[in-house]
Amino acid sequence: MTNFSWNLVTDLRIMWQYPFMVNAFEAGTIIAVVAGIIGYFVVLRRSAFATHALGHVGFSGAAGAVLFGVNPVYGLLLFTTSGALGMGLLGKRASTRDVEIGTVLAFMLGLGLLFLSLYNGYATEAYSILFGEILGISTFGVAFTFWAAIAILLVLLVVYRPLLFASLDEDVAEARGLPMLALGLVFMVLLAVAISIAVQVIGVLLIFALMVTPAAIAVRVTRRPLTAVLVSVSVAVFSIWAGLFVSWYEQYPPSFFIVSIAFVLYLAVRASGAVSARLLERSNRTPRPELATVHESN
Amino acid sequence: MRGASQPPLPPSAGSEVIRADRLEVAYRDRLVWRDASFRVNRGEFVAVIGPNGAGKTTLFRMLLGLQRPRGGTLTIFGATPHRGNRKVGYVPQRHTIDNETHIECESLVRMGVSGTHWGPGVGLARERKAASGALAAVGATDLAHKSLGSLSGGELQRIFLAEALVGDPELLLLDEPLSNLDLKRGRELVALVAGLVRSRNVTTLLVAHDINPLIHHLDKVVYIANGKVATGAPGEVITSETLSALYDVPVEVLRDSRGHLVIAGAEESLGGESG
Repeated sequence: MTNFSWNLVTDLRIMWQYPFMVNAFEAGTIIAVVAGIIGYFVVLRRSAFATHALGHVGFSGAAGAVLFGVNPVYGLLLFTTSGALGMGLLGKRASTRDVEIGTVLAFMLGLGLLFLSLYNGYATEAYSILFGEILGISTFGVAFTFWAAIAILLVLLVVYRPLLFASLDEDVAEARGLPMLALGLVFMVLLAVAISIAVQVIGVLLIFALMVTPAAIAVRVTRRPLTAVLVSVSVAVFSIWAGLFVSWYEQYPPSFFIVSIAFVLYLAVRASGAVSARLLERSNRTPRPELATVHESN
Repeated sequence: MRGASQPPLPPSAGSEVIRADRLEVAYRDRLVWRDASFRVNRGEFVAVIGPNGAGKTTLFRMLLGLQRPRGGTLTIFGATPHRGNRKVGYVPQRHTIDNETHIECESLVRMGVSGTHWGPGVGLARERKAASGALAAVGATDLAHKSLGSLSGGELQRIFLAEALVGDPELLLLDEPLSNLDLKRGRELVALVAGLVRSRNVTTLLVAHDINPLIHHLDKVVYIANGKVATGAPGEVITSETLSALYDVPVEVLRDSRGHLVIAGAEESLGGESG
């Protein structure tokens, strides 16, 4: 390809002469926006395990779709959505769902194994589902991603506040009349669709880097929900763009760079958080007695 | 006092907020308590006292419309309790929030205004104003932009109280707000709640297992134990006779020089925590 220059705009222009790179940037950006927003609720609702599990469930769906000669994204959608509904219905409270999620996950991964054993010559397909293939996204893939993202964002626009309330203070939200089970199911389905489109970019094994890491960074940067969503989206978009950019010059998988960039950002935020906490502790130690008193348990 | 087995109450007065007639309550299939008749009037500060598992939270769940009585009738504001009643502010005992919740307090309090609003388009200015008003009412203005996860137990309870108050409720239900607080913080919170009851004339039910921090502020006690309920003024309910009848074993109420009550006898036989 071409050599790197410090004129980034020119670099991007050169990359965008190739349709597969345009597709990668388009689909990547759309997915980053969705993952950044959904990820905030994942962190807030402590649904990281559900996210992880749904990614794996998606693998079985994609494997089944390949076996039956269908586009993997349909298999992904079918399996993640039904898995999400199963998990949501079995475990009513978000905080105590681990066992239900694990049970559904084990069963659906078992199906994946069956599909895998029934299909020969599977290795490359499986590899791209596991680790993503952002440089192989078709124009159909971009369009599908776009419309799925629009659907997710429209639903989020309607449920944003009740979902935030229900995630933040379950019992009060229930008493205030919010339909908790329905909200939980809606969120799980949104998560399932978001994961299904994100798998094309990052793969089921690396889904965390897009769905959780950016939001985990955001909640350590700001305490305001809306700002946190914006930060989360920005981190996700930056990770994808930077990952694609670097992979243009270094011929290693883009997924590796995307995951690594997100991870480095996370480490940086954790490290700076630890430093500022220590500074705050030092400044609090002396003059302000009401803040320095021992906190009650819990 | 209105004891365990009295006839139904006479027809209601205008200022009545809660009315229970021969109320009978079950949790799953197990009878929790029965034959409870009492009323709570507007502006009263009521403690719901009793040992763990006696069914105090169950009373709240019925008032919130989350659970139906098995028998008898319960009305609030003259109607059957229903979920999402805007006249009711609620602070549960359990919260999703812990020290990993990196969200500012004001955002939680604002949920009390707009959390049930679907779709875009909420008056942000109105929401902010209501939130800062509620934070000021509980003396937590300086906590508005602090992270929920960084607060002490006492500070958190004040934020929850603000979240409940922000919708301007006429009835406040506070479930065990004192349970994680030391004595001093507990007293501060009780004084704060009592002040709100008087200044806003908001009827308040507070669940606790120890009546002592509350006793000087209360108008009424609902004492739940041993499947029965006794209600009345604190001086009528917390007596050797009433509690002995409630627990079905001899109970002695002792008073120290500063008016603190010690309930002796109930603990050994029933595992109660009232002290």
